[in-house]
Amino acid sequence: MLELPVLIAVSLTYLGLLFAVAWWGDKRADQGKSLIANASTYALSMAVYCTTWTFYGSVGRAAVSGIGFLPIYLGPTLVMALGWFLMLKMIRIVKANRITSIADFISSRYGKSHGLGGLVTIIAVVGIIPYIALQLKAISGSVSLLLSYPEIVMPGRSATMSVAADVSFYVALILAAFTIVFGTRHLEATERHEGMVAAIALESVVKLVSFTAVGVFVTYGVYDGFGDIFQRVIADPALRRLVEAVPSGQGYTNWFSLLFLSAMAILFLPRQFQIAVVENVNEQHLRRAAWLFPLYLLLINLFVLPIALGGLLHFAGQGVDADTFVLTLPMALRHEGLVLLVFIGGLSAGTGMVIVETIALATMVCNDLVMPLLLRRQTVVMGQGRDLSRLLLTIRRGAIIVILLLGYLYFRLAGEAYALVAIGLISFSAVAQFAPALIGGMYWRGGTRGGALAGLSAGFLVWMFTLLLPSFAKSGWLPDAFLSQGLFGIELLRPQQLFGLTGVDEISHCLFWSFFANIGAYVGVSLLRPPMAAEATQAAVFVDALKETGSRSAVLWRGRAKVSDLQDLVGRFLGQPRAQAAFGAFARRHGAESIGKLEADARLVQFAESLLAGAIGSASARVMVASVAKEEPLSIDEVMNILDEASQLRTYSRELERKSRQLQAATLELQEANERLKELDRVKDDIMSSVTHELRTPLTSIRAFSELLRDDPKMHLADRERFLGLIVSETERLTRLINQTLDLAKIESGRADWNGCELDLKEVIEQSVAATSQLFREKKADVVLDLPDDPPLILADRDRLVQVMLNLLSNAVKFLPPGSGQVRVVLRSIDGGLEVGVIDNGPGIRPEDQQLIFEKFRQVGDTMTAKPSGTGLGLPISRRIIEHFGGRLWVESVPGEGATFRFTLPFAAAQQPAEAGTA
Amino acid sequence: MHRRVLAGDRLVATFLIGCVLFNYPLLSLFDRRAPVYEIPPVYGYIFIAWAAVIALIAWAIERRIE
Repeated sequence: MLELPVLIAVSLTYLGLLFAVAWWGDKRADQGKSLIANASTYALSMAVYCTTWTFYGSVGRAAVSGIGFLPIYLGPTLVMALGWFLMLKMIRIVKANRITSIADFISSRYGKSHGLGGLVTIIAVVGIIPYIALQLKAISGSVSLLLSYPEIVMPGRSATMSVAADVSFYVALILAAFTIVFGTRHLEATERHEGMVAAIALESVVKLVSFTAVGVFVTYGVYDGFGDIFQRVIADPALRRLVEAVPSGQGYTNWFSLLFLSAMAILFLPRQFQIAVVENVNEQHLRRAAWLFPLYLLLINLFVLPIALGGLLHFAGQGVDADTFVLTLPMALRHEGLVLLVFIGGLSAGTGMVIVETIALATMVCNDLVMPLLLRRQTVVMGQGRDLSRLLLTIRRGAIIVILLLGYLYFRLAGEAYALVAIGLISFSAVAQFAPALIGGMYWRGGTRGGALAGLSAGFLVWMFTLLLPSFAKSGWLPDAFLSQGLFGIELLRPQQLFGLTGVDEISHCLFWSFFANIGAYVGVSLLRPPMAAEATQAAVFVDALKETGSRSAVLWRGRAKVSDLQDLVGRFLGQPRAQAAFGAFARRHGAESIGKLEADARLVQFAESLLAGAIGSASARVMVASVAKEEPLSIDEVMNILDEASQLRTYSRELERKSRQLQAATLELQEANERLKELDRVKDDIMSSVTHELRTPLTSIRAFSELLRDDPKMHLADRERFLGLIVSETERLTRLINQTLDLAKIESGRADWNGCELDLKEVIEQSVAATSQLFREKKADVVLDLPDDPPLILADRDRLVQVMLNLLSNAVKFLPPGSGQVRVVLRSIDGGLEVGVIDNGPGIRPEDQQLIFEKFRQVGDTMTAKPSGTGLGLPISRRIIEHFGGRLWVESVPGEGATFRFTLPFAAAQQPAEAGTA
Repeated sequence: MHRRVLAGDRLVATFLIGCVLFNYPLLSLFDRRAPVYEIPPVYGYIFIAWAAVIALIAWAIERRIE
């Protein structure tokens, strides 16, 4: 069942299925119901990292170096731990600037430089070609193997066959056709391919399932679990070293180099950049991908070593290439269903990589290599009214074919001499060269275009010299002397022992020298001169990408343009309807009624440029916009000023926010103060009306008696004296009222004089009782004193306290029953102070009145019958005085059983100094 | 703000732990040892350490810190 027609049918059916998924994904995306808008799909699509290198090559590597295949997957795991910082920043930058590829990213960072974009593209294409060759080798290898089934015959060398008889040539062509259908059916404004991502995610599942199936089959079907395989291997002296340690032949330097390279690759391989950064739908998806993707890597590697060891045991001495164990083990055991599943898994791994990688590369070739060249010959592009979107698609399709054919060429030239992993590592070393310029560009403002150009060129040249050219030499396409005797026969220039560096493997060797040259040139040249205007602008955009209000808000453009020109320009690359829609949306967003009402200001120009950047790359977009707008160049000083202003503005606005918060707080305080004032004003009015009312009563009496005296000269002397006596007492009451009102006003306003001193409360009480003794005698009442002998001193104003005592005593007297009245004055210590009680046996005070008596001008009792004899201010004043000295004054009473007025005062020692002084 | 800083610090710490776990000299500690439960120690160690690092990443990045 494994004849060629079956294989072709299976392959085409599978590819057709993928295409259907992609088509469906695109359709859903157009409807706004994205198929890939979930974190797991994102994580699975990242697993495009696992190519045939992983599927077939890891086993081959493990058969030589044991766990030496693993660093390639540990590096990405470590990077994903930092993904939340690094990738998030890349995603933000890419989205804000509509960047579509890694070449665009680097070119955009260093002032939208065409030269730099082109260089990155060339490095990426040259660097990735071996990697594509790897996929061709693996896929065509698997096809050839299957064709000889049930025999296991290692495929012959392609180089010896004619191209027409070479399976891999047809594989390359089919893949090219398929990629074209996948990635370049129509032009995307943002270079996002949702359908493709969905298909890639599906492929990731297929390859994991397929590989795990083989793993389980070998581990548990052929052998008796992990333990069994390991025991057999340890028993075999030739294989034993594979599981004992990181093999000494490779060493820890190589281990570390691979770890580092793979960490760079997961960030900078064009396809990883495409999937993880450009195709990212929602940056929150990074959260799950950060652990789900490493978990995928762990799972797909779990069975690598068992399969490798199982293959070594099974095929001992039969000359079977370890890179093919995944396929040849099921073949040897005649497990046809599994063989087919493996074939499809390998196909998934290979096609996934080729599709994404070539689409990413084709975009770069088109936007950063071909477009800039076309733009030089303005007539080609600037012919009025030409719709250029078809031209762009044609360029990309051509690029895809060329890239795959180059991959095939490399495979024929050099691919046979190397194992799969070794070919892949050549590519990894190439893309790692992007690291200094790219990471430096994201975190260091000082990097310049010159520095990036120098660093990339130096790193790339060293890579070519130490890895790429030797791969040709080893395949016999360059003279052997190049390797053994060095360039031009100079020993120091032996490509894999450069300047005599020996003792490290070729990958570590290349990594060291290329990074030495790359970083050295990048930093060195960058430090030669300060960044120019365009570089400083972009540096700010990139470095500050994670700040909430980035420098993007700063408008860095000056000139004149026409809206219609801009729209026309965008329309020629994206199609007029799309341009119309985009400009219309922009107009609505910025409050303009129609596109015609838009002003061609810096914002609109930037908008148009970013639209174009999505289609043709930022450097070309810059040139195109410049061609329709009259621009005045900004000098570096102006750029720095604008950026400074923007950051100053941010500072100011923060300052302003702070001030406004303070102002709000102040306003609130003012409002409260105002409320208080209003309240006081109301109180004052109340007092005024009460006072006038209280004043009127005695005044009326005085006036009435005075008139009586005036009008009746014959009045009896006795009456006359009685009236005069009443006038005098009313006048006294009036005086007292006025004095107390003034006194209370003083206390309340805080202007009263307080003379705090330590005094003996017992003396104060005795003095007060003596002063009121006349009153008690008049009422025939007793005063009983219950005072301790030597009470502790308190801190208060003697005169004021006497005033309080007099008030309480005279109040008590007033309400005593005639004849049987008794007042007891009690002084006792309580916790922290002294308490004085003035206890009478009068009628008492009703509970509802017990608070009222402390209000101003409130006199309770039967005021209708008995003429009020007080002022209604005594108790309020007394309470204020006691409270001023830190005490409390209150009343306890049961109606009918008399009333008890009590007040407390703290000991002198407990008195706070502030309260003791004059207030 | 505070939440984000803590999660970020945990991720950086995980990265650093991973760098140490996956490299010399810790790796060399498991060289040429007798198998544990029939599994060569170096193989078992790497996979366990790997799983632990993945678990740490998941914990640091997915946990909602209250």
